[in-house]
Amino acid sequence: MAGVIVALAIGAIMLVVLKADPIAAYAALVRGAVGTRFGLTQTLVKATPLLLVGLGICIAFRANVINIGGEGQIIAGALMAAWFPLTFSSWPGWLLIPATMIAGFLAGSAWGFVPGILKARLRVNEILSTIMMNSIALQLMNLLLQGPLMDPEGVKARTFLAQSAQLPAQVWLPRLVPRTLLHAGAIVAVVLAVVVYIFLWRTTIGYNIRAVGLNPNASRYSGINVPTYQALSLTLAGGFAGLAGVLEVIGVQHRLLEGLTSGYGFTGIVAALLGSLHPLGLIPASILFGGLLVGADTMQRAVQVPSSLVVALLGLVVLFVSGSALWSRKWAARQRRIEDA
Amino acid sequence: MKNLFSLTVVSGILNTMVSLATPFLYAALGETIAQSSGVVNLGVDGVMLLSAFAAFYVALTTGSLWLGLLAAAIVGLLMGLLMSFVSVTLKAEQGVSGIGLYMFGLGMSSLLFKILIGTVKTVKGFPPVVIPLLGDIPIVGPILFRNSLPVYGAFLLVPLVWWLLEKTTLGLRIKSVGQNPAAADSLGISVDRIRYLSVCLGSTLAGIAGASLSICLLNLFQDDLTAGQGFIAVALVYFGGWNPVGVMGGALLFSVVNSMQLWMQVLGVKIPSSVAVMLPYLLTIAALTITVNRMRQPAALNKPFERGEN
Repeated sequence: MAGVIVALAIGAIMLVVLKADPIAAYAALVRGAVGTRFGLTQTLVKATPLLLVGLGICIAFRANVINIGGEGQIIAGALMAAWFPLTFSSWPGWLLIPATMIAGFLAGSAWGFVPGILKARLRVNEILSTIMMNSIALQLMNLLLQGPLMDPEGVKARTFLAQSAQLPAQVWLPRLVPRTLLHAGAIVAVVLAVVVYIFLWRTTIGYNIRAVGLNPNASRYSGINVPTYQALSLTLAGGFAGLAGVLEVIGVQHRLLEGLTSGYGFTGIVAALLGSLHPLGLIPASILFGGLLVGADTMQRAVQVPSSLVVALLGLVVLFVSGSALWSRKWAARQRRIEDA
Repeated sequence: MKNLFSLTVVSGILNTMVSLATPFLYAALGETIAQSSGVVNLGVDGVMLLSAFAAFYVALTTGSLWLGLLAAAIVGLLMGLLMSFVSVTLKAEQGVSGIGLYMFGLGMSSLLFKILIGTVKTVKGFPPVVIPLLGDIPIVGPILFRNSLPVYGAFLLVPLVWWLLEKTTLGLRIKSVGQNPAAADSLGISVDRIRYLSVCLGSTLAGIAGASLSICLLNLFQDDLTAGQGFIAVALVYFGGWNPVGVMGGALLFSVVNSMQLWMQVLGVKIPSSVAVMLPYLLTIAALTITVNRMRQPAALNKPFERGEN
């Protein structure tokens, strides 16, 4: 939390230097995020993919695997979420919705599995491979949107917009609040946060994942197959990001279009760090960052301060939070010593 | 359609390759220094973006390309200090703090661009300098000896960084801190100071890499100008096995694929542009996979050093 406040303070100083009014800018930001019914629901709409991506990041980082591939994994899930319902458009909604979610989860998993297995079997640095997988997914989406997935209506009208056809209506997720974009996927995300919590802290596989992250050597001696768990954690992380992509498609847009990821793959990392890599801590953290993203757009419109300010501030938050890990560790060690004495 | 393998096209491809390799060389050679000391600076792309903007803005407002280059180097240095503080002094997980630095550079460059410039403008970049005699050699001359000064600088940096790392006391210290910080520490070498120096030097070079894009090759600035080139530069360091000559080989291989891709589109070869753009990234993953087993990775890479813990 302190990291966010310091980042906002630095942002205010930057705005003053750039001759913009920081109070007006932040007022617009808060107003946009929570000031109206629509703004509030939009905050939750954006918190949903952040929560899902963040859950995946939690699993991966807990195994000490750095997953920077959220963007690509979201795209993989989103591609599947467009292709699957368009192909099986005759299926009823009760079947099509869960089937699409599972298919998208698997597509995202596949996108995480590739760097995962490369790390496990060949020791390829996962930070770099996941970043490359992001660019590959982006180009794959461009390729498909300009080819087989392009909206036939757009071809007929000769607009050639880079977007897919609208999905059959039975796959659209129900809206929780009328005339807003808030969809049932938000509930799915919160339920999954609880599931991931139980998975990481109450199951053997989850315990092993955390053990591998805390101390790979000790894990190896106690018979845990470290590379397998690293690959597994990256595969699961990809799955959750893929599901975030699915929900964006069937919950918000009802079609696949360019720019769908909106940087959630990176912002999800920030949310996960601020939620202390804890699935339940992630829920408030993703709402906070969802609000920041929504507010940033309002700020840009109302006081002409570019929303990229928020990206810079998120970067500072990551720097502060990653830098403060040492101090919290030392503080915890001191507390233990005090208790022992 | 012209033949892709005609002499003009091949020399065109090679000429473009030399230009495209320039930002990779500055950034990847800088990162080689940082990583030799044991610190992965994953924020190179962010450093390049903010420096590219600084160089462009200064060149646009003062009309001096050299001042622009200086501004980029200073921005690179400052961001290197920030990265060192978080990663060396505060001992952050380097993969994560690097992403923070990247996002900071990405957001900040876009913010400043929108507030201070607003629309896409161009500057007149560094002009080509023909080297007497060598520039007149047929075919080879135009490819190698008719480039701008920053391009020559990038290639001169290869032996320079090699000399620094292999032949100087400082280089020995940098590598010892990257291999065995505890031993270096016990010999009285300040691990933190050497790492600060290496990261800052590397980040300054990343700044020049950014400037080479905005005031030498593309001569413009726009949002996300680098399009991930900084990340590829980090990958090239692994590919080149922490050896400046290997890094140059990687940069040239990468650039020639990119250059062929661009020329294929110019010549109207029938492949979708997204497939062509995808190629270099696929190549990077393939290259990382192939080279991974002959790596002589600095033993303490990515590990913060704390006295008495290692």
